[in-house]
Amino acid sequence: MLTRHRIALLAATIVAGLGFGAARADTIKVGITFSATGPAASLGIPEANSVALFPKQIGGADVEYIMLDDGSDTGRAVANTRKLIDENNVDIIFGSTVSPAAISMVSVAAEKKVPMIAAAASGAIIAPMDDNRHWVFKTPQNDGLMADAIVENMVKQGIKSVAFIGFNDAYGDGWLKEFTRSSKAAGIALVDAEKFARQDTSVTAQTLKMIAAKPQAVLIAGSGPAPALPQRTLKERGYRGLIYQTHGVANTEFLKIGGKDVEGTLLPTGPYLIAEQLPDSNPVKAVALDYKKRYEDKYGAGTASTFGANANDCERLFEAAVPGALAKAKPGTPEFRAALRDGIEGLHGVVLDHGVATMSPTDHNGFDTSARVMVKIENGAWKLLP
Amino acid sequence: MMDTSTLLALVQDGVVNGAIYALLALALVLVFAVTRTIFIPVGEIVSFAALTYAGLDGKTTPPVLALTMGLGLVAFLRGAVKARGRALMILALETLGLPATVTAIVMAVVPMQLGIVANAAIAILCVAPLAPLLYRIAFAPLAEASVLVLLIASVGAHLALSGLGLLVFGPEGARGDAFSDAVLEMGPIILPGQAIWVLAATLATMIGLWAFFRFTLAGAALRATAINRRGARLVGIATDQAGLHAFWLAGLIAAVSGVLIAPLTTIYYDGGFLIGLKGFVAAIVGGLVSYPLAALAAIAVGILESFAAFQASAFKEVIVFAGIIPVLLWRSLRHVSVEDEE
Repeated sequence: MLTRHRIALLAATIVAGLGFGAARADTIKVGITFSATGPAASLGIPEANSVALFPKQIGGADVEYIMLDDGSDTGRAVANTRKLIDENNVDIIFGSTVSPAAISMVSVAAEKKVPMIAAAASGAIIAPMDDNRHWVFKTPQNDGLMADAIVENMVKQGIKSVAFIGFNDAYGDGWLKEFTRSSKAAGIALVDAEKFARQDTSVTAQTLKMIAAKPQAVLIAGSGPAPALPQRTLKERGYRGLIYQTHGVANTEFLKIGGKDVEGTLLPTGPYLIAEQLPDSNPVKAVALDYKKRYEDKYGAGTASTFGANANDCERLFEAAVPGALAKAKPGTPEFRAALRDGIEGLHGVVLDHGVATMSPTDHNGFDTSARVMVKIENGAWKLLP
Repeated sequence: MMDTSTLLALVQDGVVNGAIYALLALALVLVFAVTRTIFIPVGEIVSFAALTYAGLDGKTTPPVLALTMGLGLVAFLRGAVKARGRALMILALETLGLPATVTAIVMAVVPMQLGIVANAAIAILCVAPLAPLLYRIAFAPLAEASVLVLLIASVGAHLALSGLGLLVFGPEGARGDAFSDAVLEMGPIILPGQAIWVLAATLATMIGLWAFFRFTLAGAALRATAINRRGARLVGIATDQAGLHAFWLAGLIAAVSGVLIAPLTTIYYDGGFLIGLKGFVAAIVGGLVSYPLAALAAIAVGILESFAAFQASAFKEVIVFAGIIPVLLWRSLRHVSVEDEE
């Protein structure tokens, strides 16, 4: 009796659900997979939080966001992508947070002909351009752009020899590759390259080896607060040269944990981090401050991060392309998805939280040098360098 | 390439890290000898203690207490199915009363800001009870099961605690204040104050353990259970209690190591696992029975790690964990039937 009752209830729910779906055929569905748990959770959580701030209506059409957590795991990110496309029939995918997952999602998005905007940094997500990457865009700046900013600053300071220590993963390897390319072109010698891991309790050995090579500067390539450890060990061992970090440390925990050990550190970052210090003439300032305010109104002062801004940029790219796509086709159709993709690729001078993007068939990131600034850590805060 | 001062610095770094691994190796050997459980969640206890210590700011109550009380409640419900009368009362005291008392004490003490040593004690007090509670929930009911079943339960407990750790502490790492900022310079050797603390605490713990096993009745009961479980029961030792005591000690030791490494590096909710794994490598070298061998092996692991990081930092972990293979081969050739139970 009870079971029959329950089945009837279930059937009623399903029918009601179908009716609801049919009535909302004009809804654009956005599938999202971010890494709200797992090793990249500190990046994924502000990204997932940003989803609640996304507009519910764009160009007269309702927008529905369906978000899944991939646990920083490549397999789950791919499974999420398939599920979102096959079961939820989404028109576009945002994600993932981490590069290996985003790279694996590329072929799925291309196979289903659904555009995808990654919030992960690796250049391999969008380059070299091919039939699969045709469907894929990404919002964080390319490592190469950031590496060039560091090398430019090193040249300005007259540095001729650099030692490198990076994470023993895709992030560190990517940086080593880009930095080697960029420094070589500028005639700077890379005298030592070391690796360390996020969980290491000591990097004394690597530090000793770097100091033995007598570099004028050290570049530390890691993300989160962990890169404070090599910097502290360098100080402890009496290293007096310049220390550069990457935009992976552009978070408040790094400042908190690094404390006085990281004073004077130089690093490249997107303009979002120091939006308040930008001149009013910079178009990024208003956009970035608006996002920051909306985020912090909801989640508390000091909670907004550059990673959340990367997610917000996914939405801004999508939002800019929606009106054109709506004019061509109805949401939920292959034509709409293709129009959406073409629309994003045709975007010109869109102002994002991290810079101004101009897409092209060969460049699916679209940022130029306006999307990075050099900052220095002074008195426990980021300071924009001219 | 390598001069004397570099060599000394590497050895010193290795010994300090090795001391932490040695503590964990002791905890693992102890738990395995008494209960035949390979206590994988030891790594989580380390991270939780480190994060709790780092998170003490004099205002907020340590979030880990919610976990301790929650596990206590689960352990109580699990045990209450069978226990009656006096046993039920003791169970309630140990699983509900103890975490509640710890919470009350900690909430009273935290706002006083008594300094770094008190903070270390608070962190240890909050986190150490997790180990015996885990024993009651996951391992005591399986006491008679095979080593493999216990291992699977242990992996399960590790995964569950790691997930709960993310929930309780969040994904951000934290670093604690150093016990002392002093730096001792003896010629080419630069010994930071924290390193001295690590070495001193490790030695003290080892001596404490030795005295416990040598001079107390509970210690003797643990040794007896480790040597022969059935025999121990025949002479009237409650092997269940011995298991509980072993987990208590392991929890305390792991919490102490957590507090010791908190100032050395940034610890994440999942960061303790790798540290525990290195302790496990050392424990394996000691055949999971010998304390001195395990402790020495832990120091060796630390030094090997340090030199590996200097020579080929990209392959550091590979070198350390590959070191276990020849040891396993050698052991399996020498002792054919180590795996036999009881």
